[in-house]
Amino acid sequence: MNTIFLYNFSGLALFAIGLHGLIRSSHLLRKILAANLMSSGVFLIMIVGAYGTDKGMIDPVPHAMVLTGIVVSVSATAVALALVCLVQETTNRVLLLQKRKKEQGRRTDA
Amino acid sequence: MPDTAFWAVCLVVVPLFFAIICFVRSALVSILGPLAAWLNAIAALGMTVSFVHSGPVRYAIGGWQVPLGINFRIDGLSVLLIAMTAVTGLSVSMYASGYFSLRIGPAREQGRHQHQRAYFWPLWLLLWAALHGLFLSADLFNIYVTLEITGLSAVLLTSLSGKAAARLAAMRYLLVSLLGSCSYLFGVALLYRCYGILDMAVLARLVSPAPLMWVSLALLTTGLVLKTALFPLHFWLPPAHANALAPVSAILSGLVVKASLYLILRLWGDVFAQVLPLAAYLLPGALGCGAVLWGAVQALLQKRLKMLIAYSTVAQLGYMFIALPLIRLDHGSSAWEAVIFLIMSHACAKSAMFMAAGSIFLKAGHDRINDLDGIKEVLPVTSFAFVVAGVSLMGFPPSGAFIGKWLLLGVSLASGQWWWGIMLVIGSLLAAGYVYRVACHLLVFKAPFYARRQFIPPVMEWSALLLAVLAMLLGLFAGYPLGLLEAGSPFPGHACLEVMP
Repeated sequence: MNTIFLYNFSGLALFAIGLHGLIRSSHLLRKILAANLMSSGVFLIMIVGAYGTDKGMIDPVPHAMVLTGIVVSVSATAVALALVCLVQETTNRVLLLQKRKKEQGRRTDA
Repeated sequence: MPDTAFWAVCLVVVPLFFAIICFVRSALVSILGPLAAWLNAIAALGMTVSFVHSGPVRYAIGGWQVPLGINFRIDGLSVLLIAMTAVTGLSVSMYASGYFSLRIGPAREQGRHQHQRAYFWPLWLLLWAALHGLFLSADLFNIYVTLEITGLSAVLLTSLSGKAAARLAAMRYLLVSLLGSCSYLFGVALLYRCYGILDMAVLARLVSPAPLMWVSLALLTTGLVLKTALFPLHFWLPPAHANALAPVSAILSGLVVKASLYLILRLWGDVFAQVLPLAAYLLPGALGCGAVLWGAVQALLQKRLKMLIAYSTVAQLGYMFIALPLIRLDHGSSAWEAVIFLIMSHACAKSAMFMAAGSIFLKAGHDRINDLDGIKEVLPVTSFAFVVAGVSLMGFPPSGAFIGKWLLLGVSLASGQWWWGIMLVIGSLLAAGYVYRVACHLLVFKAPFYARRQFIPPVMEWSALLLAVLAMLLGLFAGYPLGLLEAGSPFPGHACLEVMP
């Protein structure tokens, strides 16, 4: 019971740390890492759910879901990294610019 | 004669197959893309016809049953949304083929536009396949996967225009989308832990008030609301929709936001409807009111046409959330029918507006509203399409939005919660304000000299007009979609679709 609680708690903590990082950090790579951390937390909670059911019985369905989830998360990370490269190419920064700076970017583009 | 399940599988496989082919053979996209769009439309038509004959169906792909297999649930709601996707998608595809062939014309910028076309078609077809999968899937985890594919391909479509503003908007959209789907997945994980099943029809019978269930519902709803851009969380939508290429804006505003909206309707209107107290529905209703007001006021203040249309999407999404408490209050099914009418007519009208705005942008070289005086003289069909689409958004009879608002008004008066009705009327007045503001410039004011710098292909003008007129006339064939909806409606007051576990 205690181990299960520990796993659940770490999953929740990973999710919370990721959420904090996604909102608070300004560098895009940090944001992407934070999003990955969040999904790792969710995967951990899913896996623990498979053990928490009955004595000795392990539910295979959450494992299948986590495998699918990992594939989805890897593709999402790939898309995000490609987009970061594009943003860096056009704005020379790896930040989500604030409003004033964004308009600057638009002006140079036009 | 192929049955409903055959067509449903086609609806996912055909666009997916063509997306891959288009990606590999990018030289052929100008033929393969429109071909795939027509095949999609045929499959959607086939499914609708066979649905009318044989009614709701549940189909386990490859014979694998719940919980390991992927199950399709085809009921009235899915069929109507797929028909909407087919009609809007086909028009946008026709528009896009004109749009890209026009832009590839001048030799100097050929490289960039060819690149745009080579990536537009595979991504759009992938998005289309994901939308079909989402509307057909029966369980929440498959829906997570399709939701993620929808989000990722929509983000990449947004970034296609290559401008800094579009790429930044796409980046923000991507982060919001990742956060939304992560929250959704967390909700799904907790729900599975509670009930050990994710099939929506089965869940609807199993749910009972429990702490873990509430947390999971909150996480699911937060994620979906973020992706639907409901009022306080709408910050990412206007820049993403306004800076994308014209056909992409039409797809994003017309179809992509409907995907997560559809899920919210399923969850709040069907799966959790039995356990949610009436007071809980006040929250989405109130946020919807905020969206109607804030979106419309922001639309009135915008200087650029595409920004105005994007804020109008924020406002229109508000109506569909105002409808949630009314669906709960309603004893019959008219609030439910009203939402479907609002969704379908918004998809047609908003896509038509973005397509018209794209043609105007190409013709005038900009989309500053104040400098578009009298553009009807050079673009008569497009200007007419824009105004017709705008009028149908305002909810003039016989548009679909009129039927929707009329039914909602009736329900809100009958149930005694008249304040929702007042919000509907205020929202329509504000919509009239921003539509007339554009219409004045387009139609009434005298035209300055327009250099005829771009010839707009007729297919671009007429596809926009077709959709606008469809949105306007939707109210005239009201009975037909409503009949479809009643077959297998998941909502109280109707015979529920029988589940084969």
